[in-house]
Amino acid sequence: MAASQEEVTLLGVTGSAFVCRVQIALKLKGVEYKYVEENLGNKSDLLLKYNPVYKKVPVFVHNEKPIPESLVIVEYIDETWKHNPILPSDPYQRALARFWSKFIDDRVVGAAWKAVYTVDEEEREKNVEESFEALQFLENELKDKKFFGGEEFGLVDIAAVYIAFWIPIFQEIGGLELFTSENFPKLYKWSQEFVNHPVVKESLPPRDPVFAFLKRRYESLSASK
Amino acid sequence: MADEVVLLDFDLSMFCIRVKIALAEKGIKFEDKEEDLVNTKSALLLQTNPVHKKVPVLIHNGKPICESLIIVEYIDEFWKDNAPLLPTDPYQRAQARFWADFVDNKVHEVAKKIWTGKVEEHEAEKKELIENLKQLEEVLGDKPYFGGDTFGFLDVALIPFYKWFSTYEKVGKLKLDCPKLIDWANRCLERESVSTFLSDENDVYEFVLSHRKRIGVD
Repeated sequence: MAASQEEVTLLGVTGSAFVCRVQIALKLKGVEYKYVEENLGNKSDLLLKYNPVYKKVPVFVHNEKPIPESLVIVEYIDETWKHNPILPSDPYQRALARFWSKFIDDRVVGAAWKAVYTVDEEEREKNVEESFEALQFLENELKDKKFFGGEEFGLVDIAAVYIAFWIPIFQEIGGLELFTSENFPKLYKWSQEFVNHPVVKESLPPRDPVFAFLKRRYESLSASK
Repeated sequence: MADEVVLLDFDLSMFCIRVKIALAEKGIKFEDKEEDLVNTKSALLLQTNPVHKKVPVLIHNGKPICESLIIVEYIDEFWKDNAPLLPTDPYQRAQARFWADFVDNKVHEVAKKIWTGKVEEHEAEKKELIENLKQLEEVLGDKPYFGGDTFGFLDVALIPFYKWFSTYEKVGKLKLDCPKLIDWANRCLERESVSTFLSDENDVYEFVLSHRKRIGVD
């Protein structure tokens, strides 16, 4: 497995779904690493050095070589530690896994957030609709598989941790009934399987502090109306 | 078994050009189906890319793959025995993917705001575009290609945009400052795959002008 001289560090913030993706991948591979909690309101020199382009977390550092962007990191982890594969081996299946992971970033993450965290009513409604449409695509793609990756979870499942853990939290805060078992029975069932998978469960942040933080953000948004 | 490779294409699309260059580098014959995106999307496009309804779509033995960089990786992985585009080292691969996404998010998206909008409202984007291309020059460094000694994934990702630089300058009323990228681009143009498929810069300019008229910003 990992050579004894290896240095593996993850720069992150508790409560970030993107950091969580990396943590799930590392846990799946059984890779030991040093975790550095960043303060995004006061970014460390280390973060600015390792991710000068975006200045964001997660940043994964392996033997002093930094890699930002959660999905790029997860593919790197999969290629470096080859057991418990995250991506399938067939090129077409790999292309599909990358497509749906990118879809989650492009069409779900932003829209779902804005479906709650937008002050303007019309704008918010538009995002609710877009989120609904996006989640429907995923519902259709999942079909009757246990995970997007099949019998075991893979890249798309990891990317979708945002849906499984984070969307339920902020939709509760915003009083929005978007991601429910009525609306998306298969996807909802998947989310329960996923968050309860031992590897994922151990990688998720504690719910209450994340809820409290996201609730404060919601309240300050409405207060600024 | 003969491979059936079809590309749903739009000849001025930088994203489609990426795929054509990758196919040419690998020596793969394909059927080029030009979409008329200005007027209507074909039934085949809507069927094979229901999610985004966009080109390029590569249809390989009936199986569709969408999103240009994902298609290029697929081409590289399926036809892995010649002209490898991604490096073998995982860290170098991560770097190539990171910077290819940067081209999409920080060159294309930024530039698009300029050429589809009122230029005076996009001073920030103009500055950003100039800076981001300089950033790519730093990534290139003294290497002949972004891939090092060989033409690779990141070269494929960026080179189609080269023929848009003069349009960015004319429409955006800006001056790009990336001489090293110009040298790199000319080196790439010596490759048949690139010179065959790269757009003519006047065609790009005409396209953007008529697009701007159509959407009412000019």
